[in-house]
Amino acid sequence: MPQIPESHQKVRFYQTGTLTVGNRLLDAEHRSVQGTMDRSNSLDSGHRACQGCGEALGARFAIDAAMRATKNQLIAANATGCLEVFTTPYPETAWSIPWIHSLFGNAAAVGAGIAAALKAKGRDDVRVIAQGGDGGTTDIGFGCLSGMFDRNDDVLYICYNNEAYMNTGVQRSSATPGGARTATTMPVGKDPGNAFNTGKSVPLVAMAHLIPYVATASVHDLHDLEHKVSKAMGIHGARYIEIFVPCPLGWGSKPSDTVKIARLAVECGLYPLIEAEHGELTGVTKIRQHVPVGEYLKLQRRFAHVLKPGNAHQLEQLQAIADRNIKKFSLIDEKGGQE
Amino acid sequence: MLKQIEGSHAVAEAVALCRPEVISAYPITPQTHIVEDLGSMVKSGEIANCEFLLVESEFGALSACIGSSAAGARSYTATSSQGMLFMMEAVYNASGMGLPIVMTVGNRAIGAPINIWNDWGDSMSARDAGWIQLFVESNQQAVDVHIQAFRLAEQLSLPVMVCMDGFVLTHSYSQVDIPDQKQVDAFLPTFEPRQLLDPASPVSMGAMVGPDAFTEVRYLAHHKQMEALELIPEQAAEFETLFGRDSGGLVKSFDCEGAETVVVTMGSVIGTMKHVLAEMRDEGISIGALTVRSFRPFPKETLRDLLKDAKRVIVFEKCLAVGMGGILAMNLRMALKDFPIRVHSAIGGLGGRPRPITRANLRRMFEKGIRDEMEEPHFHDIHMDIVERELEREQAQRRSGSIAENILQDVGVVAAAKTI
Amino acid sequence: MKTPFAITLDVGSSLLNKTGSWRNERPVYLDRLPPCNHACPAGENIQQWLYLTEEGRYEEAWRQIMDDNPFPAVMGRVCYHPCETHCNRGQLDEAVGINAVERFLGDQALINEWQVEAGAPTGKRVMIVGAGPSGLTAAYHLRRIGHAVTVYDASPQAGGMVRYGIPKYRMPREKLRAEVARIERMGAELQLNTRIDDVVAARDEGKFDAVFLSIGAQLPKRVDIEVNGELPVLDAVSVLRNTELEEPTGMRGHVVVYGGGNTAMDVARSGVRLGAKSVTAVVFEAREHMPAHEFEVKEAREEGVELVCLRAIREVNGEQVTLEKMVPSEGRWPQPTGQFETISADVVVQALGQNVDTGLAEAISGIKVAEGAVQVGTDMQTGSPGIFAGGDMIPSERTVTTSIGHAKKAARHIDAYLRGVSYSPAEKHEVVSHDMLNTWYYSDAPRTVRPMLSVMRRQSGFAEIVGNIDQENATFEARRCMSCGNCFECDNCYGVCPDNAVKKLGPGNRFEFKYDYCKGCGLCASECPCGAIKMIPEEI
Repeated sequence: MPQIPESHQKVRFYQTGTLTVGNRLLDAEHRSVQGTMDRSNSLDSGHRACQGCGEALGARFAIDAAMRATKNQLIAANATGCLEVFTTPYPETAWSIPWIHSLFGNAAAVGAGIAAALKAKGRDDVRVIAQGGDGGTTDIGFGCLSGMFDRNDDVLYICYNNEAYMNTGVQRSSATPGGARTATTMPVGKDPGNAFNTGKSVPLVAMAHLIPYVATASVHDLHDLEHKVSKAMGIHGARYIEIFVPCPLGWGSKPSDTVKIARLAVECGLYPLIEAEHGELTGVTKIRQHVPVGEYLKLQRRFAHVLKPGNAHQLEQLQAIADRNIKKFSLIDEKGGQE
Repeated sequence: MLKQIEGSHAVAEAVALCRPEVISAYPITPQTHIVEDLGSMVKSGEIANCEFLLVESEFGALSACIGSSAAGARSYTATSSQGMLFMMEAVYNASGMGLPIVMTVGNRAIGAPINIWNDWGDSMSARDAGWIQLFVESNQQAVDVHIQAFRLAEQLSLPVMVCMDGFVLTHSYSQVDIPDQKQVDAFLPTFEPRQLLDPASPVSMGAMVGPDAFTEVRYLAHHKQMEALELIPEQAAEFETLFGRDSGGLVKSFDCEGAETVVVTMGSVIGTMKHVLAEMRDEGISIGALTVRSFRPFPKETLRDLLKDAKRVIVFEKCLAVGMGGILAMNLRMALKDFPIRVHSAIGGLGGRPRPITRANLRRMFEKGIRDEMEEPHFHDIHMDIVERELEREQAQRRSGSIAENILQDVGVVAAAKTI
Repeated sequence: MKTPFAITLDVGSSLLNKTGSWRNERPVYLDRLPPCNHACPAGENIQQWLYLTEEGRYEEAWRQIMDDNPFPAVMGRVCYHPCETHCNRGQLDEAVGINAVERFLGDQALINEWQVEAGAPTGKRVMIVGAGPSGLTAAYHLRRIGHAVTVYDASPQAGGMVRYGIPKYRMPREKLRAEVARIERMGAELQLNTRIDDVVAARDEGKFDAVFLSIGAQLPKRVDIEVNGELPVLDAVSVLRNTELEEPTGMRGHVVVYGGGNTAMDVARSGVRLGAKSVTAVVFEAREHMPAHEFEVKEAREEGVELVCLRAIREVNGEQVTLEKMVPSEGRWPQPTGQFETISADVVVQALGQNVDTGLAEAISGIKVAEGAVQVGTDMQTGSPGIFAGGDMIPSERTVTTSIGHAKKAARHIDAYLRGVSYSPAEKHEVVSHDMLNTWYYSDAPRTVRPMLSVMRRQSGFAEIVGNIDQENATFEARRCMSCGNCFECDNCYGVCPDNAVKKLGPGNRFEFKYDYCKGCGLCASECPCGAIKMIPEEI
């Protein structure tokens, strides 16, 4: 089980290992937060996210884990976006933690301000998370984010990456992958969908800031996600975690496929799960069951044109990106997968 | 304690006395000296229990204050000009959320053309942003009003801008009485936030509000500013009792009672004006002056009371609503709409001209006003010959290049540069 | 704290928004039928007892088996485990070693002397003919209910074909004895060495209220082979029975076994152990079509049994056995070729299957016998009211497990008959196919291979050749179960719901949906590893 640290797999070869949310046979300390009856449900029922929303799921996963790690001493700042709109339309909030939404592009700075306030007051027990979607993180919030990294503010920034501006109606962001259809990168013309060789990897940018901790995670691998969030909460200074959160509405996928799509994105190599400390790559989550990118793409209408006969070059480009990731991050165990 | 110090440094000392907990700083002329001084004071430990954030932009500066204020920390920042525009989204946000941040605006013109000198274009760009805007006339006032601003902000749960003329005040040395810590502590209680990000009692701040409640939210914001109209003079009175100085308040009269002509203005320019007006009164001219110290909320009632017997008002302001005219004048006309008072609008001092505003040219302007010969609006100390030449050129040739460059050519700057 | 109107909100307020109204489909929890259970002739709830074993709750697991089958220690040795053949895990890596775990549990019960209590006496009496697995199982179930039972058998020992047809190296006798004794301790009366020739008379004499007939298939099927000379031609049933009774078997020198079924392999392997110089199995079918289980053939060959496939024995001349070569055909049976060869032998053993002695049943009026089998209704009752039959006697696959299944079913119907009611079994759930599972969640784990005795040791005696799996392995093996169609509380539904619309009810109590908030996205159903959630259209 290379994707899970040894400590997480005390009893090997469980019925389902530790891949499921819970496992009644695990020691309490190795159970996922989501599997516990007393999880905080930081993001509670009644929110207005679409059916099968990956972001709603990812947010509860991450914040509940952070709540556990901080003994519920947590404050969150949220960028404008789906996560903000669907959780806090007056008169109802779905958050059960102290939470603030200010603007689209300033979550990192607001988080930094909260952290500064707590530090000034000597409240080192209370920890801060700033969070937003990919638009609020990689584009409009990028300046504030970089500033927060630069100052090494004691904030964990979580980016819920669904690879486009979903709240405004699915427009391209700098996290949108090549070939993907969005409202501003329509599948028309010679190279349909989003242009290749554009966009940026904020995890790598974050690493370049040499901050104490950077990680990517996915909603399909809860234990990996919770481990990373918990680890991040055990570190002081600026930290960045990007969580891959499929969007059924924006991607044209079945709501019931959200977790499956996240899984396939990782298993095909397009979304590598990594960890880095102070700019050095310190860990990768190995691919467990490698699949070609087509398996991932075919569940999403945003890539429908890529799979058409005339666009084989786009499919090849995406496969090449996945292959490059696999090589660059050694995502496949040379010894032939897991034990 | 009396000190001969720079305005910026005086403000920094005043802010320090208010025991700020979070200060965010981004350099922009002419407010930079304030945050430089505060930075040193935090670093040296002179200000205890305070975090000094060196942010990446003014947007980040105010955003950090939004976060820190929401987390219950007394929060401060300062800005000017383009910086104010760059943070504008956060300016509206801070007031919308009712966060009692205090921000010094070292008033400076807004470009293009880029210009670092004083006018009120920056503060005026935020006049409808929901902040309380207090204008100060001197560095002593700046010190005193900052102390009052924290108390006012926190009592109302609204952010306050203290507007002081860039360079004219920020960079000028004068004698300032810096209060001692005990006095300030007696006047300014500990910050008790109206709302707080607190794990012990969680709330969600910054909800999305739709048509069903947005009007009410806006009404309440307006109502709160109306409450400030009572609170500001109360605090000023209390301040005077404790500190022995008349600082702050809604307006300040300079012999305007009973005067036929009243000059209405804001900020430091009154310092020069006072002498001109005294001179004119000595000559038997019935003229007084009044400064608006609280521009937002705008003290309509107070102004009506003070001005109801005047024959005419000459509004002098360092800002222009392009396509409309004087901003302070517009506001004042609204206040005086029921009275048969002529309100002349004079606009001057834009982008720092002249440096300084002289007694002579002020007097020429007042006299024109008294003769009721002012254009609407009147541009004080404008070089009409340059304007007219440019207009002619435009007339002759639809595309005449950059107005700024043409004017600079007229005044010889470009030619000089090209010969170098 | 008086917070600003509308802009600041109090926690918990979203619960007012009942998003369940968005739903077009609703998830429901269900228990589907796992393929192991479906395939088990005894109807064991295998998933459930593996579940208990996973947690180390061995006694409870054992009791779960005992609900259906009173012979875990026996079945853990002799069952051909169709459960494993149908195990969905087989499509992922390898089937779960169910049989090994069953044996482990059975042995644990014997070590710890776990006992099942008889029911409160009902005053009814049942006569059982045949103390084989079927008869004893019926006795066990009827005792649990509280009926009095007497089991008659002509043999000196109980166990029927398990004792007299399965060699010791596969079925150690002390295990069988112990499991039979447990049934005796429940108050079942055994009348051994007692042959019943007239069932009705015996019933009336003993004042029995019902009868269960369960006589094993003990009559060897034989083909006529022309024998010129003195070469002995034995049958497998007698050889195995004599082996068990420790009487001379006649197995010596070069042994030729005729047959390719499990009994043929049993007798061939017994021959090796009884000191034959060589054992050759002459098999009618092609190697790949041999009716014997693959592991039996494999082990027999390891032990030195030689296979000669696609041959028929035509005649015996002195010590020479003449074989005709056969060729596979499109039909069911291979066809003769007219080509012959000979091999030499000191003894020939026919192992071509067994029949049941139906004479006993034929004598009872009302009972119909057809094609060598007693005909029964779905309630296992013969044409004679109150007389039930099961095991090898009735038309079915003749395995120990099938017999045990018959007996369980018969016991339920006998009980209903005794109480004057009718028993109708619960409707069967939908069987779980591999595609209903989300196998990504199951970690890869190879099957624990049961330790095998060394071949040399096997050849020299009747010691049990398949070793025990230890506690760790049993637990491990149980944990490989994918729990097809039955919630095993992995918390996936609880975890993956973006709307927190699943309520966890605590250990052992599973979950329930909060339909007030469930938007019907279906994530719970698609991420349920074991297929225990189904989406059904919402009635609009």
